[in-house]
Amino acid sequence: MKKKLLKRKLYLLIVIFILPIFSLLLLHGNPDRYAQASSKFRKNIPQGIPADLWEMLIPEDNPMTEEKVALGKDLYFDKRLSLDNTVSCATCHDPKLAFTDAKRVSEGVRGKTGARNAPTVLNSMFNVEQFWDGRSITLEDQAKQPLINPVEMAMPTHDAVVDKVKKNKDYVERFQKVFGGPVTIDNIAKAIAAFERTQLSGDSPFDRFMAGDKSAISEPAKNGWELFKGKARCLTCHEFNASSPFFTDFKYHNVGVGMKATKNFEELVRKIQGMVQKGTLTEKAIDELALTEGFSELGRFLVTRQPKDLGAFKTSTLRDIELTGPYMHDGSLKTLREVIEFYNKGGEPNPNLDGGIRKLDLTEKEISDLVEYLKTLTGDRVKRLAKGEKL
Amino acid sequence: MLPLKWKKSDEKYKKERAEFFNAIKHLDRRTFLKVAGMAGAVFASKGLIPPHSFQLIDMVHAKTDEKPGFRFAYISDTHLYERKLNERFVRAMMRAVQDVNALDPQPDFVFFGGDLAQLGQAGELELGKQILSEVKAPIRMMVGEHDWFLDMGEKWQQLFGPSQYSFDHKGVHFIVLMSVNEKDFWTERKMTPMERMMTVAGLDNALQSRFEVGKEGQEWLKKDLAKVPKDKPIVVFSHSPLYKYYKPWNFWTEDAEAVQKMLFPYQSVTVIHGHTHQMLTNRIKNIHFHGMLSTAWPWPYPPEGLPKLTVQFDRPDPFDEADGNGNGTVDVYQKGYVDKHYNLWSKNPIKVTKTYLESWGKESIPPAPVFATY
Repeated sequence: MKKKLLKRKLYLLIVIFILPIFSLLLLHGNPDRYAQASSKFRKNIPQGIPADLWEMLIPEDNPMTEEKVALGKDLYFDKRLSLDNTVSCATCHDPKLAFTDAKRVSEGVRGKTGARNAPTVLNSMFNVEQFWDGRSITLEDQAKQPLINPVEMAMPTHDAVVDKVKKNKDYVERFQKVFGGPVTIDNIAKAIAAFERTQLSGDSPFDRFMAGDKSAISEPAKNGWELFKGKARCLTCHEFNASSPFFTDFKYHNVGVGMKATKNFEELVRKIQGMVQKGTLTEKAIDELALTEGFSELGRFLVTRQPKDLGAFKTSTLRDIELTGPYMHDGSLKTLREVIEFYNKGGEPNPNLDGGIRKLDLTEKEISDLVEYLKTLTGDRVKRLAKGEKL
Repeated sequence: MLPLKWKKSDEKYKKERAEFFNAIKHLDRRTFLKVAGMAGAVFASKGLIPPHSFQLIDMVHAKTDEKPGFRFAYISDTHLYERKLNERFVRAMMRAVQDVNALDPQPDFVFFGGDLAQLGQAGELELGKQILSEVKAPIRMMVGEHDWFLDMGEKWQQLFGPSQYSFDHKGVHFIVLMSVNEKDFWTERKMTPMERMMTVAGLDNALQSRFEVGKEGQEWLKKDLAKVPKDKPIVVFSHSPLYKYYKPWNFWTEDAEAVQKMLFPYQSVTVIHGHTHQMLTNRIKNIHFHGMLSTAWPWPYPPEGLPKLTVQFDRPDPFDEADGNGNGTVDVYQKGYVDKHYNLWSKNPIKVTKTYLESWGKESIPPAPVFATY
């Protein structure tokens, strides 16, 4: 009798305590490998970016490993991913230029131009949606679009991209090692996105100022920061706080840039509505229209077709802004001073002007102080890359 | 005493505002368009391209085989101030005028829902009339309490005609009711006209009476309805809601039951009202009630009394002076009742259809904001 009871107790012990732990470990897969890799990347996260947020935003189906990041980096710089082997991601998102290209609008294969200014890759993993108009929800999805856009890398199809990559035996081997499978467009995108998740900016003088070093920025810059939060009304859209230190609310606003030059706005809208009715406004069509003069100015409306999104573009980050000119979605403003003067006059009047825009009545000194402040947002690492340091 | 630097910018602002109002004094179509586009700049700059506003093709239809017979647009609750005090409401009203002028096809008429002026001043009313003169379609006016209680409607009637009237249009009988009468609270207190006006313009003060159509108004309505066959669709325009919503803010018509009783016998009655500055929907028996948006400012929803059918709009962002405001259109069905379209300026437009009300909120439910709980 006693032996049976003991056996039963032991059995219960196993079931209640050991089995659940064991099964949890099994179900969790192999967390160790990724946790280790994550911690390697964690030490490179700059002080101004919350490390937990970074980790939280790594998608489950694209965990970070060193080999994947290295593969993604090579693909990012590889001009062979374009039609005539002249354009890579780095062409328009150049590390030496804070991952932009210093051009008004970007130039692709055979000197073709689009209609929009290249946004930075730095901190792009924190964007809720990608592109000026939010047409891509993930970094992975974004990476796929320029490959087949006729004015960017101009490949005819994603299959053509895959075929080209497959021709390289080294790539084939590496894809097998990293993904346990062949080269696919999704894996190409995943590798590039993983690399992009290592490109962060959060080590600027302003970050040190916010961390407590009151001497990190100059007195005019401090005044600029006060104006930024107050009279100049910047902070609401260029949101900055401890948990979201990216200087953007990730929302879409019409401040009127480009409205003056676009004379056939109504016609463009009617064309889009016609396409919607005919069912021809596909993802690819939107991607191409976004970079077509005229249609580009419709902004977020191209994606949502809601009236309030007419001419609305995503609030851009202000980190490293000193190095990412020219400014605005169409690159129409060349200097930071011009940008502030644009807001100072109340933006550009148009029927859908954001209700938060108004004349600011800033003095000359106030504008200078704001410019001084904005210059403190440049990350140290980004500055070193601009001076020629290797990535 | 304002610090010197503030005084300077204050003066500059006043100068620009003066120039703005000077420009709209000579409103012809071209100047109007130029000026209306100056959402921030208050002086007439040369070479400004006329801005383009337009309403988009409406893709959503009510779940019915019936097609609307016709459409009208509305602008309401503009609350214009004297020129030297506030030009933001003027710009907002001009934006609404632009919106209705850009409708394609043009609406059959544009209805003004009351509270043209803020303090009933002659200058405010005249400014409002001037701005409305730019509307392409024919206009129908309704008076609000802010227009009335300075001089008891003298200037209003001089500019716009009777405060109560009716008309027929494409088989529908339209009634414009004066529903913001108040029992005399000012004589015994020896109030000046301005004191009376300021009292009515306030909220949460127990001094003013609740709005009512009143005995005379009810008599007039009775006579008017006597001529209307029971199966003819009716649309009643009223500034106050014609039901009892929230008393402290005078979102209220004291004799609502009596007026509703007169309307119940009719096959289809729709009440379109102003005053509440928010998205608002209600149904009492066979009467559908729809609130109009204001161009000037949104009201929050009161702590009690919200009709069950109302789909609320998301909390307006105080940083955005256009949020929660707008104008809209109404599709009127030949057999009666309407689809109410809210053209919210900083939010996606919303349509509250006749099907939604006819099904007591079960079908054709408008998209509602998700109010997260904490």
